[in-house]
Amino acid sequence: MNADLTDDELAFQDEARAFLQAEFPADLQAKVDANIRLSREDLIRWQKILYKKGWAAPSWPLEYGGTGWSHTKKHIFATEMGSIGAPEPVAFGMKMVAPVLMAYGNEEQKQRFLPDILQSNAWWCQGYSEANAGSDLASLKTTAVRDGDDYIVNGSKTWNTYGQYADWIFCLVRTDNTVKKQEGISFLLIDMKSPGITLKPIVLLDGHPEINEIFFDEVRVPAINLVGEENKGWTYAKVLLTHERANIAGVPRGKRRLKALKKLAADTQDGDGCSLLDNPAFRQKIAEAEIELEALEYAELRTVASLTVGKAPGPESSILKIVGTELAQQIDELFVELAGYNSLPFVPQQFETGFEGEPVGPGNAAASALTYFNNRKATIYGGSNEIQRNIICKAVLGL
Amino acid sequence: MDFSFTEEQQMLQESVQKFVQKNYDFEVRKKLLDSEKGYSEQNWALFAELGWLTVPFAEEDGGFGGSAVDLMVMMEAFGKAMLVEPFLPTTVLAGGLISQLGSAEQKAELLPQIMEGSLQLACAFGESGSRYNLASVQTSAKTSGDDTVLNGKKIAVLNGCSADRILVVARTSGEERDRDGISVFIVSAGEGGVSINRYTNVDGQRAAEITLNGVKVSSAKLLGEQGSALTALETAVDRATLAVSAEAVGAMDAMLQKTVEYSKVRKQFGTPIGTFQALQHRMADMFIECQLARSIVLMAAMKLDSGASETEKAKAVSAAKSRIGRAIRKVGQEAVQIHGAVGVTDELDIGHLFKRVTAINVTFGNPDFHTARYSAL
Ligand SMILES: Cc1cc2nc3c(=O)[nH]c(=O)nc-3n(C[C@H](O)[C@H](O)[C@H](O)COP(=O)(O)OP(=O)(O)OC[C@H]3O[C@@H](n4cnc5c(N)ncnc54)[C@H](O)[C@@H]3O)c2cc1C
Repeated sequence: MNADLTDDELAFQDEARAFLQAEFPADLQAKVDANIRLSREDLIRWQKILYKKGWAAPSWPLEYGGTGWSHTKKHIFATEMGSIGAPEPVAFGMKMVAPVLMAYGNEEQKQRFLPDILQSNAWWCQGYSEANAGSDLASLKTTAVRDGDDYIVNGSKTWNTYGQYADWIFCLVRTDNTVKKQEGISFLLIDMKSPGITLKPIVLLDGHPEINEIFFDEVRVPAINLVGEENKGWTYAKVLLTHERANIAGVPRGKRRLKALKKLAADTQDGDGCSLLDNPAFRQKIAEAEIELEALEYAELRTVASLTVGKAPGPESSILKIVGTELAQQIDELFVELAGYNSLPFVPQQFETGFEGEPVGPGNAAASALTYFNNRKATIYGGSNEIQRNIICKAVLGL
Repeated sequence: MDFSFTEEQQMLQESVQKFVQKNYDFEVRKKLLDSEKGYSEQNWALFAELGWLTVPFAEEDGGFGGSAVDLMVMMEAFGKAMLVEPFLPTTVLAGGLISQLGSAEQKAELLPQIMEGSLQLACAFGESGSRYNLASVQTSAKTSGDDTVLNGKKIAVLNGCSADRILVVARTSGEERDRDGISVFIVSAGEGGVSINRYTNVDGQRAAEITLNGVKVSSAKLLGEQGSALTALETAVDRATLAVSAEAVGAMDAMLQKTVEYSKVRKQFGTPIGTFQALQHRMADMFIECQLARSIVLMAAMKLDSGASETEKAKAVSAAKSRIGRAIRKVGQEAVQIHGAVGVTDELDIGHLFKRVTAINVTFGNPDFHTARYSAL
């Protein structure tokens, strides 16, 4: 038993590293390092560079313009990306709607939508949750009623990430009220420019309007935008939810952040004449996070190894989601702790592109609390950690 | 043994509760945060009228009595509604320093103005290299003749935005972390050489970074004896630490109560989420944390009001601040989590309570600092 890479994989690792070093734009790297939020344009620009290289969609099969990489190579690439902080493709298009289209869409839909996703010409967002349908998603109420060649959509979705950037939204809508709730749901693609759609931004605790409430008022959607069969949407969505969880462990990002944390700790005075890196209590906490990350990394490698020998992704992905998000939150707290008083200023604009005022606090210390607050979301979305634990209880422990 | 509040304390508690109920709902507070000053001057005048601004002061100084339990009662009620008026920096911190160090003239000039509500103060002690060590002071004060010249930079100065005067902690002699050689000067906000970078904190409180560039003050502005202000500063900060700890107890109680209520009305899978045992046990743990936090703050308040030694008092405050830090993380994080997505939005009070207690956890020393201080004392 060993965790060694083959010569071919090592060569690929070198290639990926060299490519990222050469092609990840310096201005984006500077923003990532300074905790400045990447804009829509930034993300698209980077995605197009990956597309030119043929690496935009590592998880897609070759026939759709993917890479055809092995699970190990995908893992290597994700690791290299994460370790410099290069953003992953925006998941909604690439990792969420695309796999559903590949599996259940018709030929015409695939041709119409997949190339634009691959080339980042279209930004997608996800319209699942509703005010009263969160963890219990199947109780959603937004309706789509067939009217000739169209569906008429009414209702509202909420907690929608970056709908303000989106060209398209994939929605779960109710098409049959008379059956068991899971059996009356359909998967519908809606053009965000359709008349009758309005967005109400929702500001998060870090001051950023990252999510929206979306209202649908008599929105006409061509019936050709229905994916698969009517009333089968729930089955399709469940497939998507497992994709949503792939790569969720965030090991490379965790490593990168812990490295940054240690560097910052070495430069931060503890008030008693030593640096926080030499402060025994703080040092111990960093070590604990590092150890947790090692365990998580090998938990993830075990999944990669079992995928490599042809096993389907199972409920292990719940472990990666739970531990990955909780460890990320633990690291968020370490940054706040390190920053001390400098975590307190609430000046979110200084972490946006183009800020020209006088910065408050040293470096990006004042981003630490913003990140801590914002990232509480990670244990709530993508199937909350309570729901993940329920999955483990049911699917693994047989409880 | 008698753990009940005196009649006066009960009246104080009721008076704050009544005010909060009538004048301080979440929407009103939001408007205050968006206003230029970040708090209501009208409320401040009302606080003066109600006698609240006298609470931290001794009777001989014209105050309500200055007991720590009184302060605790008040701050806890403040915490539930997240009051943003600068009570703590003006009366507890700066007022606490003046009542300990001030000459008879200085007290006669300043204390009545504080209690009448006509003076806003800030206390500038923190520096970029000091972290939580109050003895770590690099801001320099060089005296020649009748004048002293101040140079340095102060960070995280609460109420530094609105203060008419700033109590600047500076070093008149000695090396960076020496306990001797620390003095306090009363500096007008508008003094030449004072520059104030104003900002809002994550919890909505206003603060500032203050740069002193050759600020000249006369000897009349020295508060207390030259070079020996550290003990008084520690006492004032300890009292402020107790005050924010009590405030956190109030805020945590509010979070617990709101979370439990929410779990009874929020339905998923056809049942209130409060019926899921996975969540029930976590709310039971939140309750336990709230109770332990309340208990240890009570201990510290009673210790401060007792004849215990200064060391024992300091130790009690550190015990409280360290322990409530654990409660803050547990209660705050669970309250957000159990609310789901709405908990991470700016729209609900839960998120704001979470931010306030998070800020309290950092203010005047985090749990690690106070645990270390406790074990060293
Ligand atoms: C920042 C952010 C971005 C999001 N982006 C999107 C998006 O783009 N598109 C989209 O469709 N949705 C999005 N979501 C919504 C997300 O999927 C939901 O928040 C999530 O499903 C939880 O639903 P809820 O918030 O309604 O919480 P609820 O379901 O009301 O849950 C409240 C609490 O109860 C717990 N709970 C619920 N059921 C159980 C149970 N059976 N046992 C134990 N505990 C339980 C939950 O874990 C949670 O702690 C986003 C959410 C956030 C926070």
